[in-house]
Amino acid sequence: MGEGLVEGIPRRRGSRHAVTTDPPKRAPSPEPMPPELTTTAVPATGWLHRYAHPGRFLRLGATVQPWLSAAGLILTLAGLGWGLFIAPADWQQGDAVRIMYVHVPAAWLASAAYLALAACGFASLVWRHPLADLAAVEIGPVGAGVTALCLASGSLWGRPMWGAWWVWDARLTSVLVLFFLFLGHVVLVRSFDDPARGARSAAILALVGVLDLPIIKFSVQWWNTLHQPDSITLTAAPAMSLSMLWPLLVTALGFSFGFAAIVVARVRAAILEQRVRVAMQRRARMAER
Amino acid sequence: MRRLFAAAIVRELRLALRHAGDSLAAVLFFALAAALFPLALGPGPALLARMATGTVWVLALLAALLPLERLYGADHEDGGLDELLAAGLPAPAIAAAKMLTHWLACGVPVIAASVPVQVMLGAAPTPVGLAALALGTLCLSLIGGVAACVSLGARRGTLLLPLLALPLATAPLIFGAAAADAARLGLDATSDLALLAAFLCAALPVCPLAAGLALREG
Repeated sequence: MGEGLVEGIPRRRGSRHAVTTDPPKRAPSPEPMPPELTTTAVPATGWLHRYAHPGRFLRLGATVQPWLSAAGLILTLAGLGWGLFIAPADWQQGDAVRIMYVHVPAAWLASAAYLALAACGFASLVWRHPLADLAAVEIGPVGAGVTALCLASGSLWGRPMWGAWWVWDARLTSVLVLFFLFLGHVVLVRSFDDPARGARSAAILALVGVLDLPIIKFSVQWWNTLHQPDSITLTAAPAMSLSMLWPLLVTALGFSFGFAAIVVARVRAAILEQRVRVAMQRRARMAER
Repeated sequence: MRRLFAAAIVRELRLALRHAGDSLAAVLFFALAAALFPLALGPGPALLARMATGTVWVLALLAALLPLERLYGADHEDGGLDELLAAGLPAPAIAAAKMLTHWLACGVPVIAASVPVQVMLGAAPTPVGLAALALGTLCLSLIGGVAACVSLGARRGTLLLPLLALPLATAPLIFGAAAADAARLGLDATSDLALLAAFLCAALPVCPLAAGLALREG
């Protein structure tokens, strides 16, 4: 009687939260926004949770935003100028090597962005930070854009070096997979009528997907194909001349600041958007009365 | 708890038997799509034999996506999932029961169907290749279960499934197809088979936990 397994239990739809030993959840409120986003006073404990409060984040973001944008712009321009005009050309690859100053920072940033996505998912599932949900929604498209930039610049670099726009080498392939992982997250988080449910599903997906990042990292060693092995590692001296490494690091720093500036701006806009929505709903309700 | 879990598996299997058309459709899709490859690539035996293993693996991956929608979605819609959770069975166990059923109802028939398909494509199936396919389809059932649970109740859920499951299934596809191809050529397939098994060992605890979390949170 397989289907009779649960026959003895009275039919109580939606009663499972009372039966299982779940931690207390946010009650699904009639308004699309959890109440935390509109209140101003929230007890904050610990440095991590302090800025999980949207109001506090808004104030911090307003202060930090110009600095992040300026640092990102200046460092990126300086690094690119240094790399494109001052740094020496490669003895083997000639001037074509200069696309590295876009390609490599984009590749680093793409992995870091997915890591950030997974960290947001963790914070969302464990502490139910509403801000982590918002950040995950906003990091996704930016991360996908950076990954696309990495793929495009890699393709442009591959044309003169390998004689083909695309080569099915391990690292290219794994960045392509990372791109699809980003796209899956972007679509999933937006495909639920209840945004909180979408955030939780996407958080789980990001945590599962982050297991793919080590595969990307070690794919070079595993599949050992056309792609040159890593020249920069944390444990060994770089196999790259310092005259090329410095502009690379400056550009990478500039890219990171620029990424942070875009994400902070998007999260601020999302918070404000939700406040406007809540205010308009409140006004509509007042008008009905 | 163990009895509940066994009962859940029996229930899933009975449901799968009652809706045998779904599993059958997946196997039919597998065989039919395989028959399209010679039509598109031409009947040259050398090319077909070279592509046989890869074709079988990709099609097994795609066929595994087909029954996911009904296996997970039906219980979500009619409230059966809530009843199962209320019965005291942990959510990861429910997910594990569904994944096992998915493998038995879809993975095993696809493995069986892969034997005649490979023969028809001119590449005799090897025991190592079939073992790799068994491990690989098990990985696919686990990954597909996560994708299905995560997208439960989503708009366009059916369209989402491939986008979510296929990128995650890259590694087993690479290792499994490499192992099967090495076995076909008479080479040593141990390392690829070991990597595939390692992936399965990692997915075995992670996937039911993640899927169960998604079931409970949904």
